[in-house]
Amino acid sequence: MRSRTFLFAALVVAGLLFEGLRSLESEYLFFAGYVVLQYVVLATAWNILGGYTGYVNFGTAAFFALGAYTSVALGKLAPLPIPVFMLAGGVISGVVGLGMGYLTLRLRGVYFSIATLALAVVVQTLITNWDFVGGSRGAYTLRPALVPLLGSYVQYLFLVMLGLAVIALAVAHVIEGSRLGYGFATIRDDEAAAEASGVPTLRLKLVATTLSGALMGMAGAPLPYYVTYLDPASGFNLAYAVNSIAMPLIGGMTSWIGPLIGALLLGSVQQVATVSNWFGGHPEINLLIVGLLLILFVIGAPNGIVGLLGVETRRGARR
Amino acid sequence: MTAPLLRVEDLSKRFGGFTALDTINLEVAAGARLALIGPNGSGKSTLVNCLCGTLRNDTGRVHFDGAAVDGLTAHQRTRLGMARSFQLPRPFTSLTVAENLRIPLLYTVGVRRGHHVPHAEIVAREQELLGLVGLAEKAARLPRDLSQVEMRKLELARAMAAEPKLLIADEAMAGLSHAEVDDILRLLSRLNEAGITIILIEHIMRAVMSFSDRLVVLVAGRKIADGLPNDVVRNPEVERAYLGE
Repeated sequence: MRSRTFLFAALVVAGLLFEGLRSLESEYLFFAGYVVLQYVVLATAWNILGGYTGYVNFGTAAFFALGAYTSVALGKLAPLPIPVFMLAGGVISGVVGLGMGYLTLRLRGVYFSIATLALAVVVQTLITNWDFVGGSRGAYTLRPALVPLLGSYVQYLFLVMLGLAVIALAVAHVIEGSRLGYGFATIRDDEAAAEASGVPTLRLKLVATTLSGALMGMAGAPLPYYVTYLDPASGFNLAYAVNSIAMPLIGGMTSWIGPLIGALLLGSVQQVATVSNWFGGHPEINLLIVGLLLILFVIGAPNGIVGLLGVETRRGARR
Repeated sequence: MTAPLLRVEDLSKRFGGFTALDTINLEVAAGARLALIGPNGSGKSTLVNCLCGTLRNDTGRVHFDGAAVDGLTAHQRTRLGMARSFQLPRPFTSLTVAENLRIPLLYTVGVRRGHHVPHAEIVAREQELLGLVGLAEKAARLPRDLSQVEMRKLELARAMAAEPKLLIADEAMAGLSHAEVDDILRLLSRLNEAGITIILIEHIMRAVMSFSDRLVVLVAGRKIADGLPNDVVRNPEVERAYLGE
């Protein structure tokens, strides 16, 4: 599918989804849908680095929280619209992604992954000790009850995240069909052979870390206005890192549709589990669900749902 | 006298206390068929890795096509026209056979020309190369569906797709049958006749003697012989290295 057709189709689906939910007149659906869409963006962003190039990033929470705290910091300086915060969060997280790439991309495999985990710890420590954004006490964010045209602020946040999800999926789709996508695939398969074929592997990995980090930061930027109170424990929550890895793994990592399927499935199940009071409504139930599904898929369907269904991937060969 | 395509001056490489290459000097003329032999651990693959930029040499210089390439990365050297095949085939396993050839066409030929290669030309070139190595019918298959000899042909085809001036074939015939070795030799000869300089790293002496017009022997990281194949194999030092005292 050509990129413009894909973008048009994605926008139509997004528009239908938004209007469909509005017709149900349930504010909760927008509240829960926001979280699912946030995971669509995080999973797609993670997959650009982890799925396409094979570099497993455990530091999702750092990039996500950087976006969230960019909003907190900027919000204290000037009451700007959420999309501006998202752009700023994207730039900050993208630059950190680029820096992380320069420092760590000569590491491979588990060493790279540990370095990303260390980055998350370093960023969390810095934020926890930065009083301007609330430090360990956290920061409250005031949001308007209503917005023009839409009315509900939660619906506005949902719409913003829906737009970002469309952008993230379109970026992933464009990458897959491009020269860049081929380059990423060669890095995942064999870096030495890629270099021997003329692929500038370091530069491409930096592109991947920057893009991936920027999208994660953009996904985090609206968070303070969604939760209205942000502290390091929630901004750097383990669930972001675990879900952003599990969702592409369960959905399938070689195509844009895998993270989308994984995020819709896992995100929805987690939301249902949260409100259905499963297992006594224990808050850790969501991670238990992810863990169990992850074990099942790693054993039974290592190529994820996309592989399980035998979906033809973009290049016409079955993986 | 024309300048050599490849010139190696006093190249050395150490791994900790182990000297893998000790002041290697080598010149390879354009169009040559040079074979590089030596016992296991003699430094052949290390030399290839230093030439291609996979490893950085500790001392010495490498000149290719008139320019010093020491500070260049592997992909930059490939773009200059230095291609290699690996000792163990290293295909891009998630890409089809045809797409494996697409990578150097996109990233080497396109960059060298300064603009993207048109898609129709890429597809035509893939078909041409796959036809040349006898893999045309496997174009849409994944590398895991290929036999050992087909995998080695894919490795050579991918190196050729970069349109190199110099092709370094690192044990391209290891583990192949008599007929398969002949198959690869015919392919290498055709490439050389098309103007590509070949450095053949090989243990199969029948292949070395029938293909090369010059033979270099490495032992324990040192070059101990360099000359016409028939002269080199009778060199007492070479005999000692291979057969013992």
